[in-house]
Amino acid sequence: MKFTKLLVAAGLAVASAVPAFANDISGAGSTFVYPILAKWADAYKKENGVGVNYQSIGSGGGIKQIQSRTVTFGASDMPLKPADLQKSGLVQFPVVSGGDVPVVNLEGIKPGELKLDGATLAKIFLGDIKTWDDPAIAKLNPTAKLPSQAIVVVHRSDGSGTTFIWTDYLAKVSSDWKSKVGAATAVEWPVGIGAKGNEGVANNVANTKGSIGYVEYAYAKQNKMTSVNMINKDGKVVSPSAAAFQAAAANADWANSDHYFVVITDQPGAESWPIAGSTFVLIPTQPNDVAATKEALKFFGWAFTPKGDAMAENLDYVPMPSSVVNGIKKVWANSIKDSGGQPLFAASN
Amino acid sequence: MVDVAWQHEDEASQDVAERARVLQKLKASDTFFRILTRSAAIFVLMMLGGVIISLISGSIPAFREFGFSFVSTQIWNPVTEKFGAVAPIYGTIVTSFLAMLIAVPFGLLIAMFLTELCPLWLRRPIGIAIELLAGIPSIIYGIWGLFVLAPFFADHVQPTLIAATRNIPVLSTLFAGPPYGIGIFTASIILAIMVLPFITSISRDVFDAVPPVLKEAAYGLGCSTWEVMRFVVLPYTRVGVIGGVMLGLGRALGETMAVTFVIGNAHKINASLLAPGTTIAATIANEFTEAVGDLYTSSLIALGLILFVITFIVLALARFLLMRIEGKVG
Repeated sequence: MKFTKLLVAAGLAVASAVPAFANDISGAGSTFVYPILAKWADAYKKENGVGVNYQSIGSGGGIKQIQSRTVTFGASDMPLKPADLQKSGLVQFPVVSGGDVPVVNLEGIKPGELKLDGATLAKIFLGDIKTWDDPAIAKLNPTAKLPSQAIVVVHRSDGSGTTFIWTDYLAKVSSDWKSKVGAATAVEWPVGIGAKGNEGVANNVANTKGSIGYVEYAYAKQNKMTSVNMINKDGKVVSPSAAAFQAAAANADWANSDHYFVVITDQPGAESWPIAGSTFVLIPTQPNDVAATKEALKFFGWAFTPKGDAMAENLDYVPMPSSVVNGIKKVWANSIKDSGGQPLFAASN
Repeated sequence: MVDVAWQHEDEASQDVAERARVLQKLKASDTFFRILTRSAAIFVLMMLGGVIISLISGSIPAFREFGFSFVSTQIWNPVTEKFGAVAPIYGTIVTSFLAMLIAVPFGLLIAMFLTELCPLWLRRPIGIAIELLAGIPSIIYGIWGLFVLAPFFADHVQPTLIAATRNIPVLSTLFAGPPYGIGIFTASIILAIMVLPFITSISRDVFDAVPPVLKEAAYGLGCSTWEVMRFVVLPYTRVGVIGGVMLGLGRALGETMAVTFVIGNAHKINASLLAPGTTIAATIANEFTEAVGDLYTSSLIALGLILFVITFIVLALARFLLMRIEGKVG
């Protein structure tokens, strides 16, 4: 008897404890966005007492989890196509931007000394340009001393948003790349060796003379790698910096986009870094757990304030421009509703 | 008197009842133990069955889409969703084969040294070192391979190999191409180091179990140490040694993280061992998290099923081999 009573008491205790957790927000997806989401979550919990539990299981996993509604939001480095969004009943919006930086290991070449344009980069990654003293590279770098060394291409072996941004850029600037390889989180690479993660690519580049690879901007910056400057759409030479990524995000035409299906590679503007991209958050248009989704929107609204932006900048992410944030909030108010058709977010918040 | 007799009888019957009770108890505990062990064993079967069923059901979409071409083409294109498994199958088999080619003789030599020739004071340190090697997590081997072994190979070993084999017909193709440092060759070396402790420690244990009288008799006949090992110890312990080799091979076939770091992860078959390749386990580990779309995921699960089948075939072959040997010896 005593035991039964104890069980009942325990059951009651658990039952009454549940509502306290119900408002906690759960998310899953992109590993790229994890550091900033963790930082935001930590600060937000201290301020508002609502926790965010984010599992960085990869964009693919995040998409699957939000499609089966096991989490409050998903995060993906690759935007979903408007048709897929409609099919799964989701809305998407960008939260932060970042991008890729080409890095090289060439004797006598210092960071920022080498310049490349998109067409040449695509030819290198297609295997059409095989040595560093190829006329196409020499023409862009008349003053650099280029060795007649074989080019070793290093790419990511794991599926990754970094690869998506990279291949999306190459597909935009080279029709050859578009038809032969295409753009995705993992592709069939014509040449090169595959390495796991940013650290794998960085190490293989560091170990292999004559190699070229690509890593996330934050990773290249923090590890002071030999980055390559790019010639952007406007024909201007840009070096990878927070300002150049910001310019790319600001010059993208978000307002006229279809469901934010925008990859901010190869954007116009003299300052724009051409190989940039964003992480997108996915939220159901008609969520099962209305309370949690309401909290999630509040959380992202808070993350879009100057305070959240500063945290993102500290970690070398590029926050969304305020004009874009206003548009995103309108989308929240218009598209995300409970079962009674009531919006979960008031645009004035 | 009569009373006493009665009492005795009473005690006797009590005794019998007591014994029956104890026996009953024993029987019950025996039954309980039997059920417990049997359900544990059946549980293993159920787990295995569950894994097989989920692998098969998960890979149905891939096999339905590609049919036989899944195991006959080496295209692996997530963009156009065309998948063929030949490159990872080739990589898995070649790296495991090379690893065993290096690790088996090496491991047997170490075990022979430890059991026959090693001075007593050196036996324990070497034994402990081997067990420690077996306990190192595979990710550590991978990181060590990437940071230490690969650059060393790229700078020293591979250029020498390429130069030395330049004019030798078959070897020049096997050791062709730029010395990346990572690739099939480096992955095989790492795998060999990883399976070495398994082969060594099992061989050492079975060598130790050889009755001393057999070896002493052989030595008495004037056999050298090599002859004793070759003609007495190895034949006596072949079942155990083959078991150790199979355990090592099982690990080599399924090893994931260490291989992923050093194999170069290219979905291509290249005649050169220095070129990058990929294995089944490495492909799954690399691509599963970001695999979008049913066909892609299903193709990766199908790869898992193929690895399962390869492992099964290897184990079955080993059994068959053992039976043949046993049969011959009679």
